[in-house]
Parts: sequence; C-alpha cells; structure tokens
Amino acid sequence: MTNYDIIIIGAGPAGMSAASVAAYAGLDVLLLDEQPDVGGKVYRNVKQNDSKQNWFGSDYSSGMHLVNAINCNRITKYFRATVWRVEKNKRVIWSHNGESKISTASNIVLATGAQERPFPFPGWTLPGVMTVGSAQILMKSSGIFPKEAVLVGSGPLLYLVATQMIDANCPPKALIETQTLRMMMNSLIHLPLALLNMKSLIKGFMFIHKIKSAGVPRYKSVSSLEARLNNKGLIEFLFSHKGIKKSLKTKLLLIHQGVIPSTEISRSVGIDHSWNTSQLSFQPIIDKWGKTNIDGIYIAGDCAGINGSASASLYGKLAAIKILYNTEKINFYVYKMQSLSIRINLFFINSIRLFLDTLYAVPEEVLFPSDDTTVCRCEEITVGQIKLGLNEGIRGVRQLKTSIRSGMGLCQGRMCDAIVRSIMLHNTSQEHTTILAPKTRSPIKPITLGEMSKIKKD
Amino acid sequence: MKPDSRFNTLVKSTKDVNFTLFGEVVTAPKGSTLAAAILSHSGDAFRQTETGALRSAFCMMGVCFECLVEVNGNPNTQSCMILVEDKMVVKRQVGLRQIGICEND
Amino acid sequence: MTDNQPEITIVGGGVVGLSIAVGLLQSGHKVIVLDGKDNDARASFGNFGLVWGQGKGWDFAPYAKLTADAIDAWQNFSDNLNELSGLDVSLDQKGGFEFFTDPEEFKSFIGMLEIQKGHSGNRFSYETLSGDELRKQIPGIGSKVVGATFSQLDGHVNPLRFLRALQRSVQALGGKIRSNTIVKKTESNKNGGFSLTLANGTLISTEKVILCAGLGSMQLANQLAFKTNIRPEKGELLITEKLGSELPFLSSTIRQVDEGGVQIGGTNADVGMNDSETLSDMVDLARHAVDVYPALSNVRVLRAWGALRVMTPDGYPVYAQSEECPGAYLITCHSGVTLASLHASILSDWIDDNIKTPNLEAFDEARFKI
Repeated sequence: MTNYDIIIIGAGPAGMSAASVAAYAGLDVLLLDEQPDVGGKVYRNVKQNDSKQNWFGSDYSSGMHLVNAINCNRITKYFRATVWRVEKNKRVIWSHNGESKISTASNIVLATGAQERPFPFPGWTLPGVMTVGSAQILMKSSGIFPKEAVLVGSGPLLYLVATQMIDANCPPKALIETQTLRMMMNSLIHLPLALLNMKSLIKGFMFIHKIKSAGVPRYKSVSSLEARLNNKGLIEFLFSHKGIKKSLKTKLLLIHQGVIPSTEISRSVGIDHSWNTSQLSFQPIIDKWGKTNIDGIYIAGDCAGINGSASASLYGKLAAIKILYNTEKINFYVYKMQSLSIRINLFFINSIRLFLDTLYAVPEEVLFPSDDTTVCRCEEITVGQIKLGLNEGIRGVRQLKTSIRSGMGLCQGRMCDAIVRSIMLHNTSQEHTTILAPKTRSPIKPITLGEMSKIKKD
Repeated sequence: MKPDSRFNTLVKSTKDVNFTLFGEVVTAPKGSTLAAAILSHSGDAFRQTETGALRSAFCMMGVCFECLVEVNGNPNTQSCMILVEDKMVVKRQVGLRQIGICEND
Repeated sequence: MTDNQPEITIVGGGVVGLSIAVGLLQSGHKVIVLDGKDNDARASFGNFGLVWGQGKGWDFAPYAKLTADAIDAWQNFSDNLNELSGLDVSLDQKGGFEFFTDPEEFKSFIGMLEIQKGHSGNRFSYETLSGDELRKQIPGIGSKVVGATFSQLDGHVNPLRFLRALQRSVQALGGKIRSNTIVKKTESNKNGGFSLTLANGTLISTEKVILCAGLGSMQLANQLAFKTNIRPEKGELLITEKLGSELPFLSSTIRQVDEGGVQIGGTNADVGMNDSETLSDMVDLARHAVDVYPALSNVRVLRAWGALRVMTPDGYPVYAQSEECPGAYLITCHSGVTLASLHASILSDWIDDNIKTPNLEAFDEARFKI
C-alpha cells in the first residue's frame, strides 16, 4: 500500500494540469493513466510527435508545455495503469503489469475524460467502421493514415480530423453530415454568447473553409444510414440525402456524434449524477471547484461535462488550487487571485458550449435507431429485443439489464447505456428524471480472478 | 475475403519488432499498439463473436472491447491497450473464450 | 375485478411474490402484484439460481422435508413455466458439490448432512469424496481442496431468465404486475378485506393481501400485526466473462450460468442495508475460485455484486397468517428459488385453506416466541 497527498486518475489536460499545480506547490502526487503515455485523447503522443509533423495543428503542440510540467519528482507517474476500484475512503485499486496495487491519498481527482457517444445504425459493428476519434489516435500514435475514408456524423471533431487528414494528404472521400438546417436555426439563439469565444468560432470556420477548398464533397441533413460489407471487404454506405437514396463505397467509414463524459468511476464510488439535457449525457454533480458529495474526491475536465481541452486544463488547476488551499499550501490571496483569473478565462471559453451542443445536436435516428440495429454490441442485442422487454412492462434500466442482458458484456455498458436510455425514454412514458444513472460497480474494467486473488488485503 | 489494410503508413519507424499475426510473421514499429499494428497489415476482422459476426477494432481507446485477440495463448485481450512485442503470437478470438491456461506463479 | 379492487394483492414482485402469483392464478384467483422501484433492494436480482438441498434443515426437520418436496416438484414447475412463458429456464438437476479447503469444516459439514439425511428419510442422500478422489473424477480441481460432498439431486437454473419467465407467466395467466408501485399503508376494513394506500395516494381495496416484499415487508408487516423481525444479510458475488467451455461441476459457491459466465458467491456479512461490494470479499471469492479450480485464474471478473438476503431470525422460511387480520399473509424466505416450485403449488392450497392445504404450522412466526 502506498500513500500520497493526491491521486489523480487520468493524464489528459485536466489531470496533467492538476498534477503540475499540486506538485509545484509541494504536494506528493500519484498520476495514473491506462494509456501507454500522457496526453489523454487530445494530446495523445504529443511527445513522440513533437518535432515531426504539423498535421495536428498548434493546439496539439501546445500540449507539450503540460507534458513538460509533469516532469517533476513529486509526481509519481504510472502508465498502462488501469484503475478498477475507487473507495469513498480514498483508497484506489489499480492494475499494472498484471498486478493489482492499493494506493491511498487524502484527496483524489478524477480526470477520466470522455468517450465517443455511441452512434448506432444498421451495420455499425462491421469491420471497416471505426470512430473518427480512433482514426485520430492512429494518426497521432502510429503514423498510419486512412487510405480512403468517408466521415459520417456531426460535431467539431468531424471537421478537425477531416482537416488533419487533408493536411496529411489523405483527404476524406466525402463528409456525410447528420446536421440539419433546423439544428442550425436552433443554435442561432446561442450565437451571441458564443461570440465571446471568437477564437474557437474562427477556428471552426477555417476548418470548414479548408474542407471546402480541398473539394471534399459534403452531404448535409442526411438520414436513413446503413452500412454493409461487400465480399471484397469494402464498406458500402447507404444514406438518404434530399429525399434521394445514395450509396458510397469506401475502405474505411469513420463515424462521430460528439463525446460524452466517462463516468464509470464517479458512478461507482457513489457520487450523485444529473442528466444534462443539452448534452444528453449524465454528469457528476460538483461545485465550482470540482468538489463532489464525497469528502476529498474532486472531478475535473470533460468527465464532469463536455467543455473541451482548454477548459479541462483550467478545471484541473481549480481542483488543485482548492486542495492546496485546504491543505494550507497556498494562502487566501493566491487562492482567490489564481482562481479568479481562471474563472474569467473559463467564462469566455465555455461561452461557445451551448451553441455547439445545439448546432451539432444528436439526430433522433441515433437516439431511437431502427429495430434491426444492434445496440448492445458485446451481447449482440438489437433495438427490437429491447423493445420486446419494454412491452413486457420493464421500466427500469437495472431490470432491463437483468432481463435482456444488454450491458452485461465486456464493455460493461459503455457502448450501449446511452442509447438504451434514450430508447427507454422514447418508448415508455417516463420523464428523464425518473430513470436514474445506471449504477456501476468495481471492477470498472475487467480484472482476472488470479490477479484479484493475489491482492494483499491489509 | 482477405481485405488489404485500410491504412497507409506515412511515418517511417526506426525500430521494428517481429511478431506472428494470424499465422504470418510480420514487422511493426516498436512502441506501436498491437491493434494499430494489426490495422496496418490487414483490413480483415480481428475476431468473431459468439454468433459468428465479424468484428474489428472500433474505438482504439479501450472502451469498446471489440479489438479482442488471443495473445500468446491469452484470450479476449484488448489489442489497443498493449504494445507489440518481439515474438508475440497473435491469433483471432473466435467466439467465446475457453477456460484458460493456468497462470504460473 | 377492477384495477383498484383486485381479489388478491401480492406486495412484492420478486421470485417469491411471482411464484405465489402463478399458483394462485392457476387455481382461478384474480391476482395483482405490486412491485417496488428499480433501485430497491431487490434480492431477486442477485439470486444465484440454485435449486439446492444439501445442508438445508439439518437443525430444523420440517425445512429438510420442505426442501426435499420442493426439489422433487421443480421439473414439473419448470415445464409449467415453459408452457406459460415460452422461456426455458435451463433447469439442470445433475447434482452438485460443496468443496472444502479446511478439513475441520469438511468434517463438520458431513455431520450436518448425516442429520439432514435422518430428517428426510430416503429423499436425501449424499456422497463424500476425498481431495484425491475428487481430482481423479474432475481433473483440474486444485490441490488445496481436501474434500467435497456431492448430492445428486442438487441443481440450478438460469437465475435471471427464471425471473423473466415468472413475469411472463403471470401476465400470460391474466395477472397484472404494477412496477414502481409502493404500498405505504395497509388497514383491515370493518366488513372484511383490506385497504392499501399507495405512495401516490391511490387506494386499493382487496380481499386478501400477501406480503412478499422481502426487506420491504417490515413496515407493512407491523401494520398487519405480524411480529417477525426480518433483517438483511449481505452476500457478495463475482461474475465473469462468458466461457465457451463448460465448467465440469456445479457447486453452491461456483457455478456456470447456461450463457457461459461463471458466478462465484457464498459470503455473508451483517451490514444493514448496505449492498456495496467490498474489496475484502472480492479477494476472498477470487481466492476461493482459484483454489478450487486453478484454470479459472486468467478468467476476467466483469462485475462484483452485493445482494441482500432476506433473513428471518432463524434463517428458515416464515409462512404466517395474521390472526388479528384474517386474510393477510406474510411469506418470506431466503431460498426463494428452491422453494419456488412449492410457492407456485401447495401454497395456493394453504392460502385457500382447502382440502389439500399443507401443514405449514412449523413455519408460523409463533416459533419465535415473541
């Protein structure tokens, strides 16, 4: 058993910021991440890619300063370290090289980031269909680029990756967008506030401009999505555009419908969650410092609600500042002045959020897919099978899981919980406040019996 | 059907490892995740589900559990979460896993 | 019968309540089942699916006999459920083991089984195997196992499919299950029957009320003059990824569901209404699994669970009729799966008090001498 002042789970922008602020003010930090290196998703492999390519933009390379900041001997870092249990008394159980370890701290910061929102449609489970985020990871960490790809869906990441591909000379074959005119109209009311984050707005326009200049065909307002695999291993993607059925063949289909917070750990430890109606996801209930209803456990970054990496970094700092003030490592003046400037910054950065959430809203076809769509990928359960359960009177997510087995596979509900919930809300007359966040339990990632059996309990 | 890789390798590596992938000896850059190495060599499925459906890597970040392969006899291993190693033997995960080998102490 | 004036109201839609509903519906009664909320304690969600005899009732003969009857009746019950619901609960009654790594515990358990055999006559028998004999019979059993007992009538079902089959059967028989329905108050009416006040204010008027709400029964039981004290006892479970290979044994602590995942359980702890999984029990369960069958070492745990068993003061079932409020019944036990076959058959006769009514006096709450 090892002891620290703070354990930080996740070494993305939020985690790295929190770690560096805490360590420089004198606290001992344990920083854990299940990926092979720092960076989270946004700054993945930023170290390794430092000198080489300009394909990923200046935002990406700015991650280097954070990476350098955590090279401090008060920060003990472990990678390929999977946290599988967090307890209210701030004990963390984590797996590294096949061995589980127990660490304790006076404070914990959860900075587990986000995952892609599941985007089901018939055929989304086929080989050759991957997420847009996965392609970005491959480009950043393995230097491999799609030979030919069609991008489908909605959201800023769709355009970002499209431009990264264009810059690397493998432009997308087409951009097939589910965004409708209605969504654009609905978002206008949030545009005035969004103007406070002019930098991001301009960046967004430039991405779209680049995509247009590169001559990438765009199809907007599409529906009736379906993917098929032909006998040559190519994906045939079918969609409806302006009332006409179209189809495109491609080697790789990259899909995206925004991101949602990763709340497996926060739910497992008993933190309360609420439903965010504009982001259509659960998020932990925290105060303005990231403090939860559990003493000593804080949450920072996108795992508390989607606001992007710049925000995440600042929230990481806030959590660390609060902890430093509580432990008397910084005085009241520093505490107030530092946090004030951060909050001003956050106000401007976050002002674009509601605009983006509405502009890139999730289409109904994704929230309530057709009956033949696989929803639970692990257990191969379709929307139709779930509806059958609902017709038998099942009204709770826990009951649905135990009856139908959706969510009982290896991914532990990560790929299906979100859509099962929207199907349930749509098909039964329940308010979103009656269906609570699904409970998660440790191990929040699968662990072998052998590894579990060897843990020394004292 | 044995589709070619859906990806091009644009960054040349300086160090390589050799490992056996689906019966063939191939090379991959040291430091690459196994899933990335597989994707750079093959566009084929990584595994078959219980009902025989073909699946391949999907999220590349450890969330979806689709990139499961058998590594050195260990079934249901997420290939996106481990790095390639010299002399690794990688096979497809076909259907449900068997009960497994005894772990050596 | 209107929705708010059912003939018989069963409070609690777990395995106990639903099995009783099936029996009463098949005898021609009109029944509704009021079931609680999704995140209530719900012992049935954590059921292990055992249809188990060995070790039961060694110190309470009526229970040993009841269990033997229940096991006997299970095949018919399973066929009945299949016909009504279209679901096969995968009843497997090919015998089960209890494994021991402690020689003293082994010896002591054999003593208990001998006494149980005495109570049950020919209807219960068992074998003992030494560790070596066991390893010959089942290659792969770990070296730490010093011995096992085996009873050829023990078996199991798919626990969650069983629950679903019960729900479907009740509906197929014309019974109604109302979820998210909490009963706040029960009162006997002057001219017979009962008034139940729901949490949302609705009033239900019913001739008979049967309390099978497990840990949720306490408050209502007191209102109907029952005196049994029901308390929670936590049991933890580990559930693994699905295996394509068959586990070569069934035991009360390690068993494989027909879908392929292995369940490991058997702890108990007195911690009130807390159903959280603990690291300590998780490690103990993992050690037990790996000691009994080392090939399980690289099998992954997907989920750890805590479920609250419904325990009466002596751990044996309570079948009680209220003397003060005739027509009110309290039924509670923690072997709801094994006894389900009887709950769906002889218990209807008992509630009807007809010619076939079984003698369940031994299970009345009077035995607690409150």
